[in-house]
Amino acid sequence: MQGFIRACSFVVALGGAGVAQAVDITGAGATFPYPIYSKWAEIYKAKTGSGLNYQSIGSGGGIKQIKSKTVDFGASDMPLKAEDLEKDGLVQFPAVIGGVVPVVNLEGVAPGQMKMTGTLLADIYMGKVKKWNDPAIAALNAGVRLPDENITVVRRADGSGTTFLFTNYLSKVSTDWKDKVGAGTAVQWPEGVGGKGNEGVASYVQRIKGGIGYVEYAYAKKNKMIHLAMKNKAGEFVQPDDLTFQAAASFAEWSKVPGFGEILTEQPGKTSWPITGASFILMHKVQADPAKGAEVVKFFDWAFKNGQKTAEELDYVPLPPVLVKQIDTALRASLKDASGNPVIK
Amino acid sequence: MRAQRFQDALFHQLTRFFAFLVLAILVAILASLFYGALPALKEFGAGFPFSADWNPVLDKFGGLISVYGTLSTSLIALLVAVPVSFGIALFLTELCPPALRAPLGVAVELLAAVPSIIYGMWGLFVFAPLFADYIQPLLSGTLGQLPFVGVLFQGPQNGIGILSAGLILAVMVIPFIASVMRDVFEVVPGILKESAYGLGATTWEVVWNVVLPYTRVGVIGGVMLGLGRALGETMAVTFVIGNAHRISPSLYEAGNSIASTLANEFAEASSDLHVASLIALGLILFFVTFVVLAISKILLMRLQRSEGEKT
Repeated sequence: MQGFIRACSFVVALGGAGVAQAVDITGAGATFPYPIYSKWAEIYKAKTGSGLNYQSIGSGGGIKQIKSKTVDFGASDMPLKAEDLEKDGLVQFPAVIGGVVPVVNLEGVAPGQMKMTGTLLADIYMGKVKKWNDPAIAALNAGVRLPDENITVVRRADGSGTTFLFTNYLSKVSTDWKDKVGAGTAVQWPEGVGGKGNEGVASYVQRIKGGIGYVEYAYAKKNKMIHLAMKNKAGEFVQPDDLTFQAAASFAEWSKVPGFGEILTEQPGKTSWPITGASFILMHKVQADPAKGAEVVKFFDWAFKNGQKTAEELDYVPLPPVLVKQIDTALRASLKDASGNPVIK
Repeated sequence: MRAQRFQDALFHQLTRFFAFLVLAILVAILASLFYGALPALKEFGAGFPFSADWNPVLDKFGGLISVYGTLSTSLIALLVAVPVSFGIALFLTELCPPALRAPLGVAVELLAAVPSIIYGMWGLFVFAPLFADYIQPLLSGTLGQLPFVGVLFQGPQNGIGILSAGLILAVMVIPFIASVMRDVFEVVPGILKESAYGLGATTWEVVWNVVLPYTRVGVIGGVMLGLGRALGETMAVTFVIGNAHRISPSLYEAGNSIASTLANEFAEASSDLHVASLIALGLILFFVTFVVLAISKILLMRLQRSEGEKT
């Protein structure tokens, strides 16, 4: 096997003249950043010859895989807590930023036309508001013709980082939600039908008249769904797009939270989208194979510096340069090989 | 001569090994399921299958909702599929013009070869909207007005839920039950049927009094085969059942079956207890299927014994 890998890297080195050495790395986890990771991997492979094999098995799976050391890095949409990172000897850093968008299926309503507040959204998801022409919804949407239709709540059936962001947001804006349901990658939903994955929720909402759901921004955009304008912490109604996600991310104090585990929901700022979040990468502090560890760091460093345009094309928000620098410093300090030497030279 | 005997012995050992391998795998699966489910069984005790909790945030789990979903969808599937399959088999063997027999028979068998994900997608994209717009209002307007059973047919009319899942399952198990029934109906000796017809019996009387009693064992076997498939069916159910951890008297409401819960949550189960509870659900499904099979075997043995007494 070792010989085979060496032979392979030799061939690759010959092919991509001038490339020092190609090391293939493996990662597993979150499905949300899969499109951008695989796109980055494709370009990176063409440039350096080093391949990334990323398996989008879900955040929970990614955490399990990295703990059992079967992959070089794990990916999770939900940041691990500081004590969990400490316990398993892991480092964590964000890789991309995205947003979660409420979508509806209502005839005669244009995308972004309808307004919604967090507390009202929580009431809808708890089954307290059951009709689209409820006075609470009508009060927010003076010019919109709301039908006398039942609201069908659609949410994720599987555990998901998207659900984590959504429920985390609802817990922040509604104490009732926080007490009765709480936040997590999966919760005990009081209402509604569950779809598997973003595409499952998207197709349920598109098929059920009067449906409301929440999906990753990219899915809402790709499927041309009717999204809602949300009221943010500053009291402004904002539309979901790269700029409002970026605005929310700009308020995060990354360095103050261990493992950069900042959750970007309900951030201050007039233009901040309230349901924003980052997707995270997990690595072991002690790298059994330093060459691989260094390659993972190299890959993400390359992606942070050269992959912004690709990220934007796929509707992800790249990390701000300040944060990239902080991540670099943190990784240099914490990644060690078995004998305690730093992995990144 | 000696070489031959050696070959025989070798063959004997080999086949025995294969046969026992099946048993060993079965035991190994059961043991690993049990081992994996142990944390959940310890935490929630024997009440696990009867608790309607499913709260990943508080780490409280129970199997009642999923068990109910599995049993109710399978029951609906059988209620619809058995009479229809009986009709298909009866038509194909007794009434069908010979020219139609082959194409119809092949069509039924082809239906069995359709992958379940196709049924799921068809169910969600084609069946559910039609069901919501036409059949659900019709059912609520008629059956839904009856006392007692009416509540079953009241609720959100969006084409997704326990009833939809049961009907999709019915479509999926019909080819299995129908083809088994057709095959066993065909082996009824012509002389028995001819004598009944000779006595002036109608087609229905022949089928009910001669064909069915003669093929009872095979028919029950076919129904059990269908039930087995319905209990464990995953993808198609996941698409249309609505995946909600709730028990409601209404068949229109979304629910969850054991298989759909596993398919949805296994990859992303965050806590160890969540994983253990999912495995415990798998163990329950294993037992339910086992019990169904056991009951059918006992039923068949009883039938055969009582037949022995009569003659």
